Amino acid sequence: MLKSKKGQPFYKDFWFWVKILIFVVFLLFLVYPFYTLVVNSFYSSKADGFTFYNFTRFFTKKYYYQALGNSLKISLIPTLLSVLIGVPMAYLQTRYNIAGKTFWHVLIILSLMCPPFLGAYSWIILFGNAGIVTQFLSNLFGFQMPSIYGEGGICAVFTLKLFPYVYLYVSGAMGAIDRSIEECAENLGSGKFRRLLTVTVPVVVPSIAAGALMVFMTALADYGTPGILAGGDFRTLPTLIYNEYLSETGGNANLASAISMIIVIIALLILFLQKLWVSRKNYTMSALRPPQITEYSGGKRFLVTLPVAIVSLVAFIPQMVVVLCSFIKTNYSNFVFEEGFTLEHYAELGRSLTSQIQNTFVYSTIAIVFILVLGILMSYVIVRKRGKTGGGLDMLMMAPYVIPGSVLGLCYIVAFNYLGTTADGTVIKLTGTAAIIIIAMIIRKMPYTVRSGSAFLMQMDPSVEEASVNLGVSPMKTFVKVTARLMLPGVLSGAIISWVTCINELSTSIMLYTGKTMTITIAAYTNIVRNSVGTGAALASILTLTSGVLLIIVFRASKGKVSFV
Amino acid sequence: MSHAVIIDRAVKTYGDFTAVNGISLKINPGEFFTLLGPSGCGKTTLLRMIAGFNTVDGGEIRFDDKVINNVPAHKRDIGMVFQNYAIFPHLNVADNVAYGLKARHVPKDQIPPRVEEALKMVQIDQLKTRKPNELSGGQQQRVALARAFVIEPSVLLMDEPLSNLDAKLRVQMRTTIKKLQRRLGITTVYVTHDQEEALAISDRIAVMNQGNIMQIGTPEEIYRKPANPFVANFIGVSNFIDCTIKAVKNSASVSLPGNYSVTIPVTKDYEGEAILSARPEQLFFDEAGIPGKINMSVFLGDFIQYEVELVTGQVIELNEYTKDVDNIRKDGEEVHISMNTNQVSLYEKESEEVLSC
Repeated sequence: MLKSKKGQPFYKDFWFWVKILIFVVFLLFLVYPFYTLVVNSFYSSKADGFTFYNFTRFFTKKYYYQALGNSLKISLIPTLLSVLIGVPMAYLQTRYNIAGKTFWHVLIILSLMCPPFLGAYSWIILFGNAGIVTQFLSNLFGFQMPSIYGEGGICAVFTLKLFPYVYLYVSGAMGAIDRSIEECAENLGSGKFRRLLTVTVPVVVPSIAAGALMVFMTALADYGTPGILAGGDFRTLPTLIYNEYLSETGGNANLASAISMIIVIIALLILFLQKLWVSRKNYTMSALRPPQITEYSGGKRFLVTLPVAIVSLVAFIPQMVVVLCSFIKTNYSNFVFEEGFTLEHYAELGRSLTSQIQNTFVYSTIAIVFILVLGILMSYVIVRKRGKTGGGLDMLMMAPYVIPGSVLGLCYIVAFNYLGTTADGTVIKLTGTAAIIIIAMIIRKMPYTVRSGSAFLMQMDPSVEEASVNLGVSPMKTFVKVTARLMLPGVLSGAIISWVTCINELSTSIMLYTGKTMTITIAAYTNIVRNSVGTGAALASILTLTSGVLLIIVFRASKGKVSFV
Repeated sequence: MSHAVIIDRAVKTYGDFTAVNGISLKINPGEFFTLLGPSGCGKTTLLRMIAGFNTVDGGEIRFDDKVINNVPAHKRDIGMVFQNYAIFPHLNVADNVAYGLKARHVPKDQIPPRVEEALKMVQIDQLKTRKPNELSGGQQQRVALARAFVIEPSVLLMDEPLSNLDAKLRVQMRTTIKKLQRRLGITTVYVTHDQEEALAISDRIAVMNQGNIMQIGTPEEIYRKPANPFVANFIGVSNFIDCTIKAVKNSASVSLPGNYSVTIPVTKDYEGEAILSARPEQLFFDEAGIPGKINMSVFLGDFIQYEVELVTGQVIELNEYTKDVDNIRKDGEEVHISMNTNQVSLYEKESEEVLSC
């Protein structure tokens, strides 16, 4: 019988094993691979033993360090623009009687949930060199659109795709400001605009910072958008990692590992700065009286609704374009859109892409089962059994935000490419299997579930569990019969978001897939990159549709109370 | 079968903080025993040690002869009523009450009649199929009560079960709880910070402060003969007046302010500074006595509450029953105050040990 030194009742030991399990999972599939990557970045085929060769090379060759500059540019500019769009949007939505408020809200959430490269692709269809709008404008007015390829286009796509993070965080916070604070400012003689700048905005600064951080991290880590919109020799760190990894033979990927290290260090630095900045500005508030909503009618109402409608629609355009395109005929090479309606692209999916579709649903479903079970256990440990390990678990939960998908993919390749050789000479490895893609999904997407689970648990009174134990049900059974049962609705919304993001996952799986383990997202991406637009659109439509249906389920089930960020 | 609960030098520490400081007490079978004290005195900590939710860091807790220190909470056969009721929100009333019976593998056909009977005893049998969110606070409290005693536990624990109810319901429920406990004869340990509630409901009370027991006794003993100034102050209202005494042969002559002196029966010889503790109703106006003047009077129907400023500047409280007097004294009136010497208490100044009998 295990007992702690103070004669702790032994029933607590179930959680001891759960903690061990969680740490083993993260040790094996996050800490160890990352450690291997770090070690790997200090070795090179060009030098003996421990070396800084890779880093020196990175910082001396323009080909490489330029990518660092590019990455920072295409992360910082969209972050700024997202704040400029997201904050006013949140203010309008929380303070005025916008017509169709919920509808715009759902559109914005939907546009956040699809893979970023779809946005890039849609904007190419519309504004690319042979894009519909580009052609239309040049044929009619002789007007030449500025090129969408390159950093300008990438920044525009990222902004439209990622401002919802800022919008969602800030509108949540603005909705939680108690009316009396603003009334008080008014009472002290502040006009509406002054009040906005001196009270409302400063109070939500932590939320703005949190949203901006998400925009920065996502833009920094995204592989697909610059992959599609790069054009010419525009490289970012994630695309560089992928290219370097492909070009380095033997699977050592030393230089790619070094680049990965650099990107993780940047992410850590930004995270640290954000925390430092926000730590002194944390105001907790619970709105007893929600903020006043200005009721306009007629022309004024139209004027406040118009900007919200335009921004939401523009953000949602990519999804609409993709779905429309999936029904438009293309010429035989599948290259250019012609006129007329067709179901040919979907028929094509049925003929040659069934395994990808099947893979997507099988992998994401297996992943979500593990995410649910591990997520519930983990949120319980974080909230109720913190002890000395709680802080460590919190950190592990932050890791997926700091380690970009493509970096995690590379970690896995480096760590699991060779695990040993059997007696008959077969190499044992995890790479190339479905398991490795599923594991990556679990590790990267679990935080959504854990976060909604722990938020729910914090609200739940521990005495309900104690009552069950007191009535003679062992703590382990109590966890299953009472705690997990009560947590389920709270966890489910987070789990569905984990699921949606698993389905749309690209940056890790593109590093890890083989012909047999390809998913819809990868197929859509490769089809689009190869300009096989029709099939790509049909695949992407399936993603959009699935995500949309799942999100609407979450929205209904949680009565709009779920947090998407 | 109800058990005696024996707590033998129990200790609970949190880091450097000692929440329960070597407490010993014996609760008799079938007794209604209350742990009373201000918040942070360790009463809930001790209760949760009995329940098995807090570890016992020193000493022993026994049910009769059986040491339960290391018996896990779910095997202690204890019923517990929580401060916020802790009703299972996903189960209806009947299933909440049946929960403990199912855990004990009571035969299926015996569960519904036992649930029914328990719900009848707390008068909510007509709410059987309701969900917890459709119940009022008082009804939830009854469900919690039924759920705790339906398993016929050897010990019943209650952690401030009435503190979330409104005043009227609180009085009503405490009568219900007391009658139920008498009828079932379950050894009950009750925690509260409300002294009136403790006096009304308990067979015996342990008054606690800072992890120690200050006094154990029946409600009457604790009110009439507080063992130290803390108990005198915590239970009811007491006025503390500094004095010097000379006690020989079970009788102390007490010198009070204003050259007034009284004789109070004591249990031991002592000479020196002391504290006299008198409740407002143990004081009365008298020609001889400590001089002072009326600061303010409050008419409360059955009695009149006076705030009197003594010559020393100390302000004390004195009650006069309306039925005993014809009119209310005016503010500023000069008065002299005397006391019922058989009822007041006397403590040594330094050690705060009780001198009076």
